[in-house]
Amino acid sequence: MARRDYLIGKMGISLLTLLFVLLLDFMLFRVLPGDPVRAVIGRNVRISADVQNSLRAQFGLDKPIFPDQFVDTLGQWARGNLGVSWSQRRPVSEILISKLWNTLLLIGLGQLFSIIFGVMLGLLAGWKRKTPFDIGALTFSLIAWATPTFWLGIILLVAGSAWFGLPTGGIVSPANIGKPLHTVLPDLIRHLILPTLTFTILYLGEYMLIMRSSILETLSEDYILTARAKGMSNFQVLMRHGLRNAMLPMVTIIALNLGFTVSGAIYIETVFSYDGLGNLVQTALVKQDYPLLQGAFLLLAVSVIVANMLADFLYTYLDPRVKAN
Amino acid sequence: MNEKPLLRVRGLTTEFATSEGAVARALEDVSFDVLPGKTVGLVGESGSGKTTTLMALMRLLPASGRITKGKVWFNDTNLLALSEHEMRDYRWKSMAIVFQGAMNALNPVMKVGDQIREAILLHDLMDRSAAEKRVRDLLEMVGIAPARRDQYPHQYSGGMRQRAMIAMALACAPDILFADEPTTALDVMIQAQILQLLKEIQKALGLAVVIVTHDLGVVAEVCDEVVVLYGGKVAEYGSVDRIYNHAQHPYTQRLLESFPDINNPSETLASIPGTPPRLTQLPPGCRFEPRCHVKINRCAEVSPPLLEVEPGHYVACILREGKEANFQ
Ligand SMILES: Nc1ncnc2c1ncn2[C@@H]1O[C@H](COP(=O)(O)OP(=O)(O)OP(=O)(O)O)[C@@H](O)[C@H]1O
Ligand SMILES: [Mg+2]
Repeated sequence: MARRDYLIGKMGISLLTLLFVLLLDFMLFRVLPGDPVRAVIGRNVRISADVQNSLRAQFGLDKPIFPDQFVDTLGQWARGNLGVSWSQRRPVSEILISKLWNTLLLIGLGQLFSIIFGVMLGLLAGWKRKTPFDIGALTFSLIAWATPTFWLGIILLVAGSAWFGLPTGGIVSPANIGKPLHTVLPDLIRHLILPTLTFTILYLGEYMLIMRSSILETLSEDYILTARAKGMSNFQVLMRHGLRNAMLPMVTIIALNLGFTVSGAIYIETVFSYDGLGNLVQTALVKQDYPLLQGAFLLLAVSVIVANMLADFLYTYLDPRVKAN
Repeated sequence: MNEKPLLRVRGLTTEFATSEGAVARALEDVSFDVLPGKTVGLVGESGSGKTTTLMALMRLLPASGRITKGKVWFNDTNLLALSEHEMRDYRWKSMAIVFQGAMNALNPVMKVGDQIREAILLHDLMDRSAAEKRVRDLLEMVGIAPARRDQYPHQYSGGMRQRAMIAMALACAPDILFADEPTTALDVMIQAQILQLLKEIQKALGLAVVIVTHDLGVVAEVCDEVVVLYGGKVAEYGSVDRIYNHAQHPYTQRLLESFPDINNPSETLASIPGTPPRLTQLPPGCRFEPRCHVKINRCAEVSPPLLEVEPGHYVACILREGKEANFQ
């Protein structure tokens, strides 16, 4: 019961957050400079004021912003209509979805590897505290954490292509574009190595540091002593009693990070000319393509909210103590 | 006292590396016996080394601590000579422990029943279904409804958690149970219940118990023998009758005086003036000398040997007469 109440409460908060984000996303692009109609018709000054006004009416821009335009927009968004990109003249939703999978692949792989290696490294470092391994892992993590994304990306790009002949950009080689997935898989993997590696290194440090301090704290708990008194080996204690308790703070951090990774993706995708959302946002920004930006922000905000909800949900399984509060 | 002791602690000495770089001699030359089915009480003020003694016996001292001397004979095995791997076999199967302030001694994210079963399965004592049955029997024995095996520690009250800890400690049918102040942090009613439970279990299972307590009333109630620790050394050691009625060490005498007499509640509580010795700067003589009310000059110069004043009654005080203790 407590778990259900807790989750319902969390869901309510998520919905409120979502509403707020929608409002913000809507407002943000009303206060930005630039006239939408002008942007659509371009610099063609010969279009008469009358036509411009009828265009405004067609887009609903003549109505008051609140509530008419907002409610109208919400309705459109709910139906999956995010408007038309000014620069590409295609539906925003279509563009977003075409790039979404590429970014999910990159973020997914990067997060997966950084979580796995970060947790393992942190766990071992905490366990072997003050040994050379710990000090080495700690130093590496601090440096990795402090390294600027684009700098690391460029360094890896240069090193990877010069020494290992890895591709410097794109998702597949130009010759392979459009071919079925299974035939281009090796090529795809070769292209993914460098951006994924950059991603992994960037987040690994943070995960390692948090995991390390978390396991150190956990290992000083009374129940760890109980486990040792039962006759468990240090390794058994670590895996059976330490890991799960130490993972609790990690779940929150990972969920929060999932949102912020997208900003990391912008840099990485730009450096590696990776055809994903990050790259798209960067281009849209340069071209002042507001509908596209608005749609992208909406997508990112919703994914952060969903990630947080997932974390809350997972938390109730990891920690039986969470209750409606 | 002809029965062969289960546990013989001989000259146990431990050191802690303190953060200031000094060495704290938490225990020095501690010796006592634990007979099968009997209860030994470890008493002494805070910091006298009671917990350290139990931890050293289980070889669970924190990383800063180390056993520098002594032997711990369990039957005919010197536990201190075993490898860590061999020692693990003795933990919980031969000697189990209920920790001081056991409120957090259970893993918060694991079901209580699973934690008990884990101990049984770890030592390969029986198969899963038999272990499961044993978990329920154990819970029943300590007065917890077996249905609550699937609950988590936070769903238990403090007293129940302590009961669960006791059930867990009994899981592998140990020969000796160490109980480090098993009733502190519980309210008085629950304290009495837990103590009663320990007594019943001990009788039913023929368990040897080493109980640490501040409470001399508890000692009188449950113990057969008492070890009085002062500043990490044995001040006095003997049967409960000898200690209560013929205490020889000035510290024990003061301790007994400071304990309000149940039969005579009006009596004022005498506390012992002064503070316990600093373990990093121990005096050359008797550790109790600065606070002693009957000291002579020589007390500050020589460290008192443990004297056997009566058979089985030992006192570390140069004012008493007896032959120097010689433990077998
Ligand atoms: N990890 C440690 N590092 C340094 N010194 C320690 C450590 N643990 C214990 N000591 C020292 O060892 C001495 C004995 O401590 P111990 O915990 O055994 O006392 P105790 O008799 O159990 O006291 P209490 O009644 O308060 O539980 C104390 O002076 C304490 O300062
Ligand atoms: Mg203690």
